[in-house]
Amino acid sequence: MTRQMTGAKMVVQALKDQGVDVVFGYPGGAVLPIYDELFQQEEIRHILVRHEQGAVHAAEGYARSTGKPGVVLVTSGPGATNAVTGITDALMDSIPLVVLTGQVPTFMIGSDAFQEADTVGITRPCTKHNWLVSDTARLSDTLHQAFHVATSGRPGPVLVDIPKDVQFASADYTAPEDAKVSHYQPQTHGDLNMITELVEALEQAEKPIFYTGGGVINSGPEASALLRELVNATGFPITSTLMGLGSYPASGDNWLGMLGMHGLYEANMAMHDCDLMINIGARFDDRITGRIDAFSPGSRRAHIDIDPSSINKVVKTDFPIVGDVTQVLTDLLDIWKARGSKVNRPALQSWWSEIEDWRKVRCLAFTQEGKTIKPQYAMERLEALTKKHDRYICTEVGQHQMWAAQYLGFEDPNRWMTSGGLGTMGYGMPASLGVQVAHPDALVINVAGEASWLMNMQEMGTAVQFRLPVKQFILNNERLGMVRQWQELLHGERYSHSWSDALPDFVKLAEAFGCKGILVSDPAELDDAIMEMIKYDGPVIFDCLVEKHENCFPMIPSGKAHNEMLLGAASTKDAIDARGAVLV
Amino acid sequence: MSALQIKKGSSSHSAYNLRPQFSDAEERHTLAVIVDNEPGVLARVVGLFSGRGYNIDSLTVAEVDHTGHMSRITIVTTGTPQIIEQIKAQLGRIVVVHAVHDLTVEGPSVERELALLRVSGEGEKRVEALRLADIFRANVVDSTLDSFIFEITGTPNKVDAFADLMRPLGLSEVARTGVAALRRGT
Repeated sequence: MTRQMTGAKMVVQALKDQGVDVVFGYPGGAVLPIYDELFQQEEIRHILVRHEQGAVHAAEGYARSTGKPGVVLVTSGPGATNAVTGITDALMDSIPLVVLTGQVPTFMIGSDAFQEADTVGITRPCTKHNWLVSDTARLSDTLHQAFHVATSGRPGPVLVDIPKDVQFASADYTAPEDAKVSHYQPQTHGDLNMITELVEALEQAEKPIFYTGGGVINSGPEASALLRELVNATGFPITSTLMGLGSYPASGDNWLGMLGMHGLYEANMAMHDCDLMINIGARFDDRITGRIDAFSPGSRRAHIDIDPSSINKVVKTDFPIVGDVTQVLTDLLDIWKARGSKVNRPALQSWWSEIEDWRKVRCLAFTQEGKTIKPQYAMERLEALTKKHDRYICTEVGQHQMWAAQYLGFEDPNRWMTSGGLGTMGYGMPASLGVQVAHPDALVINVAGEASWLMNMQEMGTAVQFRLPVKQFILNNERLGMVRQWQELLHGERYSHSWSDALPDFVKLAEAFGCKGILVSDPAELDDAIMEMIKYDGPVIFDCLVEKHENCFPMIPSGKAHNEMLLGAASTKDAIDARGAVLV
Repeated sequence: MSALQIKKGSSSHSAYNLRPQFSDAEERHTLAVIVDNEPGVLARVVGLFSGRGYNIDSLTVAEVDHTGHMSRITIVTTGTPQIIEQIKAQLGRIVVVHAVHDLTVEGPSVERELALLRVSGEGEKRVEALRLADIFRANVVDSTLDSFIFEITGTPNKVDAFADLMRPLGLSEVARTGVAALRRGT
């Protein structure tokens, strides 16, 4: 049976049929018919943000914490252009989003109409795919296709631009099951011969390491379960990128911690010295590899990735496997078990003793003394006081993000929302809203720096309006901390425009928004303040004044190799005096 | 053989080999990209090349299957083998791209380009231009008392050679279609 309806109604119907329960958006002239339809139904909840960038980040938080696509609805022109940063962020981190934008009516396109922008043109390079729908008869099919593309293969953001006359016109609605089958069907099964070759290498490896990334999380919870099985059964060490934290538990015996520019000493040294690197769902990002010609010089590399273009893009691969992580790990485990679950035990033992020596460096050690809170101490206490909770962590971008990654432990996937690829300051605050919407009873904390947080602080209004009890945990050093750190290390301590001398009073700001503000500056009062934050039933802005000149270590300076890490404060008492100390 | 003949939706039996055997020498490759003929598809392909800093030496596009709304884009590009593989992989993941064929590595192929050249001159030069055109099997498609327009079809090298010869004889304007190419055999 075909159903005639308007384009606007089709949008809402298609969202329902795709299982969408929440939309993040902001109305405007070119989407009013769709908003009118949203008004006349109860099934889909709409979260009104304060800026379209916030809507996209919120949808990213929703998507990353649930595994479902996030949905955004914004108007034409500025609505669409404001969304561009968030869409680019989602593309870089492979987050499935369906972004719906209004457009001026088809007969006005190209006339420089009010609030007209070439949205599909602007977003072509920052979406996985996009469509301008010029005929209502094709709208429902396009919407179903949009969900298919966003969630198939390597996930990513898609955008559907819908002119206003297309929203008003009527046509037959096509249900998802009747939609045209897309030719876009990415390969999910890896080549079994190559997987078998990898298994042979696994069996013989003397210094193996698993290097995992966001692809494991995107592949779904089963991928993480398989990864845990594989790591535990082989006894190999495992490290992860920023995006992959949680796929293997931080409390697991084989966990080396995060790798990369601010990764752990043991993780980077093991990557440098390994003889078999098994990359699962990561992409050899420059934050990970450091100097590429000195990257892990003695290893053979396996690369499991669903995107063929990731393979051999940066690092040449000896065992290239294109496929979905869940599928490839299933096959790999089957083959390895069928061949007798063999590993090179004696070699592994001496490999682990090397790793233990690196662990003894205790690269994250710090000393909390005096009356100023060290940011690392704040993270350590936040971890201690919240880890038993049903907890989700978001971050902004900068030093605090790295400290959060280093000092917080993630036991499960989908619990860690951060802007990895694009490094978008202003991501975390709205992302925390999306997470809280998806998990209303969970403890959702956005670890922030004050500078990043100010970039999208208007979304506190959204938190208050929709009673989303997000906790904004701001490590306030009154500096652009990471910029300041680089200026100290690389630009002769000339701190060009990296401090703010007109910050708001965050407690008063919280009051102005109608939520709770907490200020803490004394280490002795930190625990009580964190407990107060956790217990408060509502959104909190937590202003934690920290040491202003603390640097984030370990650090692989740009252009250096994994074994040329700066350990800074960890190896000596004073990070600044230890600057330039290069350990080999 | 092509390192990246990954058919979308293919099973674990796909016999691709991504193992790199890359040299650093630049190579010229002719790629045939089969795409849905829909608005913006050319912008996606061209944007990929400009956005990622790849070269386009020549590009042609036209719908080749009217019922299926499919177009064929023929791109001639240069790059190291690693870059060429990356270009093919990046093209392959564009949603509206159905197939990417590297005609340079998929066995012998034929390449043709059509060019129109305006040659202006009088007397001896005019006679010489006509004589050379005959040797190159170029056709005269327009003539005035002091100019010809020649139509020539051939490989880009042949067109280059003809244009080089016409230059001293009064070549004043050239229009070229870019390369169209097909694999030989059935």
